[in-house]
Amino acid sequence: MLSFTAWLRWLWRQLTSMRIALFLLFLLALASVPGSIFPQRGTAPAKVSQYIRDNPKSGLFLDRLHMFDVFASPWFAAIYLLLFISLAGCVIPRLFEYWRELRSQPPAAPKNLSRLGVYQTWHSVASAEVALQDTAKNWAKKGWRVRTGSDYVSAERGYAREFGNLLFHFALLGLLVAVGVGSSYGFRGTVIVREGYGFANNVTQYDSFTPGRAYSVNELAPFSFSLTKFHAAYQVGGMQSGAAREFHADVSVKSSPTALPKKVRIEVNEPLRVAGVTVYLVGHGYSPEFTVRDSKGNVVWKDAAIFLPQDANFTSNGVVKAPDSVPQLGLQGYFLPTVTSDFSMGPRSIFPAADDPEVYMSAWQGDLGLDSGIPQSVYQLDTTKMKRIGIEELAPGEKWVLPNGQGVVEFTGFRQWAAFSLAHDPGKGWALLFAILAIAGLTMSLLIPRRRVWLRITETPDDGNLYEVGGLAKTQAPGLPADVTKLAQLALAIAPEVTRD
Amino acid sequence: MINESLAHTSNILVYAAMTGFVVAMVAFAISLSKSRRIESLEDSVARTNSISPAARLGGTATLEQATVSTAVTDGDERGAGRRAGNIGMSLTWLSTLLLGASILCRGISAHRLPWGNMYEFSLAAGFAISISYCVLSVKRDLRWLGLFIVVPVLLDLGIATTVLYTDSEDLVPALHSYWLAIHVTAATVCVGAFSVGAALSALYLVAERAESRILAGLEVGRTGALANRLPSADRLDLMAYRIHAFMFPLWTFAVISGAIWAEAAWGRYWGWDPKETWAFITWVIYAAYLHARVTVGWRGRKAAYIALAGISAILVNYFVVNILIPGLHSYSGVK
Ligand code: HEM
Repeated sequence: MLSFTAWLRWLWRQLTSMRIALFLLFLLALASVPGSIFPQRGTAPAKVSQYIRDNPKSGLFLDRLHMFDVFASPWFAAIYLLLFISLAGCVIPRLFEYWRELRSQPPAAPKNLSRLGVYQTWHSVASAEVALQDTAKNWAKKGWRVRTGSDYVSAERGYAREFGNLLFHFALLGLLVAVGVGSSYGFRGTVIVREGYGFANNVTQYDSFTPGRAYSVNELAPFSFSLTKFHAAYQVGGMQSGAAREFHADVSVKSSPTALPKKVRIEVNEPLRVAGVTVYLVGHGYSPEFTVRDSKGNVVWKDAAIFLPQDANFTSNGVVKAPDSVPQLGLQGYFLPTVTSDFSMGPRSIFPAADDPEVYMSAWQGDLGLDSGIPQSVYQLDTTKMKRIGIEELAPGEKWVLPNGQGVVEFTGFRQWAAFSLAHDPGKGWALLFAILAIAGLTMSLLIPRRRVWLRITETPDDGNLYEVGGLAKTQAPGLPADVTKLAQLALAIAPEVTRD
Repeated sequence: MINESLAHTSNILVYAAMTGFVVAMVAFAISLSKSRRIESLEDSVARTNSISPAARLGGTATLEQATVSTAVTDGDERGAGRRAGNIGMSLTWLSTLLLGASILCRGISAHRLPWGNMYEFSLAAGFAISISYCVLSVKRDLRWLGLFIVVPVLLDLGIATTVLYTDSEDLVPALHSYWLAIHVTAATVCVGAFSVGAALSALYLVAERAESRILAGLEVGRTGALANRLPSADRLDLMAYRIHAFMFPLWTFAVISGAIWAEAAWGRYWGWDPKETWAFITWVIYAAYLHARVTVGWRGRKAAYIALAGISAILVNYFVVNILIPGLHSYSGVK
């Protein structure tokens, strides 16, 4: 029977062995694969719901296995935590070992230098004692750490290699901590803002808001901005016709409620940084404006509705809900920035810019279901208790009189909207620092060669002594022969070769 | 505005480079078929085996001695094999330069760095592979490797010009960033060099198999025919290791610069987008390769398989993720 502590020690030795580290590295790579195959909640929540709706059985099963949030799953966390425990257990002892090594001397010369890979030998009549001293001095001048023995000189270089290796592994630990801390003390959110409208940094104004575990919403900085104009340009003609070529959002920012507004342009690779929060432009779309009157002629809706793009040509769909009309009215349909002349494949846009805009809407009457208490999407009409009363194509400025005097819908125009992602991540700077340290350490660790070279002088019965220089590469970097030759040259200059015939 | 005539010149230059690579491929194949090791496989296995185990554990040190006599020769100065090898080498240089010129014209035609879609990435990757090989061949005789470089380059260019072709156009906004130059260039250089490393690891597997069959007293058969035209397994392993080790820091840099760019473009430095996920997987596999090389029981054949897994992950990231999996990195330009 193993005692408990013996068992723990065994476990620890296993965990910090290179074999297990290797195994865990593989496991980590393997565990990441499903995260790229299945849609992930973190990046595409709508696709996850769609997947589960389309494959109810397997979808729920996969969900239970965390296949839709692989990188937040307990088993993924288990692997990387084990890996990092293993890493810490591996490198902390090495740190002490390195400390001892730094203060120790190069090892004594091995018995048989000729068995080393690179080896050079000659005879010289120079005094062995002087040659040992002077060679050691000259080698040390070239940056080698030397030790002089009774009949040999040991030299070693490349201690920075191990330093680099330790720096790299510790930087990885630091990186993990920075990533973790940053996400717990930060937040992410998204919001869609229409041209002419604004956003104030307040939880209620976000479309989605994900605070870190340790983030308190009271910390939200009180800045605000409004979208003055959104601009997009697309390629016309050619193989990539319709591909976006440029877009930017012109906003007016107030860093605090009392600050003066400042005009700023937000572009894809140029976010707005304000009050510790970064605001990114992540998407855009169209927002048709409607005026809806009910059967009594009252205006029950007058606003720009946000329609969401469905394809690369911005065929966009959306809804209008007018709960105050009697009976309740709803519209749903498409905004088509450049309408196709051929509706046989359904209403669609053939170019992303608003060159020939049109809406194609169906009108519904009945109960919008807003009072049922079940939360509804603002982008979908629940038509279970409604009746369709008509369908119509409208160009800007056109009016649609609903049948039987049930109201009037006017398509008055459209504007654009921009989607912004807002993020605050206090660990970002630290993560960058550790990443840079990691690269520096890695480069040192992989490119600095660790080598040992020895000189041994053996007295020979006849004239002169036998000089031998041999070298050993502790790593697989090239260049050992060159180093040995260089050091041998230095020794040769002190103890010139005699040729005996 | 796009300069159409330069864009056209660029396309013609690609075909010229491909023609050159095809002839180089034939020349390298002839050269390989005529070449032999200076010391036969059997002799060198016997000799290496006679070096004491202690000395063998010295690793590199022993290798420096062992490699001298395992060099490959393709016959005397005027032999057909040598001539073919030289033709292959010269044509590889020429085609590489033509490919480089094509990429340059493409860039000038659109007034931007010519890496904005998969066609352009593929040209750049082909160039990176062949230039890595050319540069490595300056200091050492690598004619025996030529065939195994030129064939993948031709495959890459073939796919580029047929499936992935896109006209020279402006960039999508997501790529308007100087990080395009930094991140994509670093990644492309790595892909080129890792491909050469993978070719060496694959050849190592061939040579290792032949050598271990000889040691076991078995017939070497067809692998022996190829292995007899290659340097020793140890030598191949060492070359592969050096390339991978040299490139790993750059790959790390490529991943991190991608993260910095992602921070500027999308608001988070890491979001497990499919492209990011596979870049990470690739990184972990190569880290595992480096660890395997220092783990008893894993160096040698298993390490070589890990290197091949690394290049496979790169290929998955390039072809499968770009084309099949939708993500933020959707700028393949392929419809
Ligand atoms: C996140 C996980 C890890 C990564 C990405 C990683 C990465 C690396 C890299 C790239 C090297 C190459 C440096 C070289 O060859 O000199 C290396 C070396 C090394 N690693 Fe790790 N490592 C990790 C975890 C570990 C763990 C858990 C251990 C301990 C069991 C470990 C121990 C070592 C050792 C001893 C070396 C030196 C090898 C040598 O002397 O060449 N590593 N590591």
